[in-house]
Amino acid sequence: MPDSSQLDRRAAVAALLGNRGDTLVVSGLGSPTYDLHATGDRDDNFYLWGAMGGAALIGLGLAQAQPGKRVLALTGDGEQLMGLGGIATIGVARPRNLDIVVIDNQHFGETGMQASHTGRGVDLTAIATACGFAATGTVRTIAEVERLAAQIAEPADGPRLFVIKVVAENPPRSLPSRDAVFIKNRFRAHLGFAAA
Amino acid sequence: MHSPQPNLEAHAGKDWPSALYRVLKAADVRQMSYVPDAGHSQLIRLFSADRDVTTNVLTTEEEGVAIAAGAWLGGQRSVLLMQSSGVGNCINMLSLSAIGRFPLLMLVTMRGEWAEFNPWQVPMSRATQPSLEAISLKVMRAETPEDLIETVEAAAALAYESDQQIAVLIGQRLIGKKKW
Repeated sequence: MPDSSQLDRRAAVAALLGNRGDTLVVSGLGSPTYDLHATGDRDDNFYLWGAMGGAALIGLGLAQAQPGKRVLALTGDGEQLMGLGGIATIGVARPRNLDIVVIDNQHFGETGMQASHTGRGVDLTAIATACGFAATGTVRTIAEVERLAAQIAEPADGPRLFVIKVVAENPPRSLPSRDAVFIKNRFRAHLGFAAA
Repeated sequence: MHSPQPNLEAHAGKDWPSALYRVLKAADVRQMSYVPDAGHSQLIRLFSADRDVTTNVLTTEEEGVAIAAGAWLGGQRSVLLMQSSGVGNCINMLSLSAIGRFPLLMLVTMRGEWAEFNPWQVPMSRATQPSLEAISLKVMRAETPEDLIETVEAAAALAYESDQQIAVLIGQRLIGKKKW
């Protein structure tokens, strides 16, 4: 099966973000939020526990407000599938500082591991390419993730979307705060905006 | 360049979209997103020509709710334009604004309530205010140009200075009958 992967999602996210520098990260609900938290809780992380389909678009608003910083939306296949139209919106907006990375286990892991579209022929990178993204790609090994981390540290001409194929399993949850006001104010304070 | 201060007496009335634009500029709105509506067309043109405002055309209205939250995380104010049929598309994404207490200002042109030709606009028109209130937004409404300008000024202050989630409904009577 060409889409299969033996890559562990936590190892993949650790390799992706190990040298993230001052990149701002927004994580989609479910496992990507736990994966991000497992790499270390930081003020410049914004974790979603809902708003399915919104991770990349929160990334867009943030990238437009902070054009001098890199923004990474770390999400899952199910979350991005719910926001497919957002790929068109981001393609048209064409931010140069926004990357979407989809941790793709080809399943809805949070709800009982039902198979999603991405294991049945739907290719998010092809959709992003058709929407005018500057770069796309799919990786399946730690060595490829390390090369991807180096690639996304480089400037881009427009938005980029990468898929990291991982094995379909749920590692022990690593739970960040569910208090969105706290996470929001902490994030904004990191950028120099005082809470009102 | 446009004056940063609205001149309400001179510009409400027939040219309410220009007055609205000045009110939103005075409120330091830096991002605008929209799914088009004929009633918003002049405001969309004004923002699209403004190099100080980033404008996003959306495939569905809920995207604008997420963009507004991201803009605020990054220190910018955003406004979201749609017609009443788009409100239904937004409901779950409005959880983000509500639970995160993100400032949100939505300007909603009403269809399906006044001299409406298309009956398909009516059900969502009737559901617009109740569904917004059910997800905890504050709903304000304007029926005249003068009232609209004052209402949006107040709504912008509530949203951006008091971290509230506000939808301003622009009555179809104000926009006028669509020509078929």
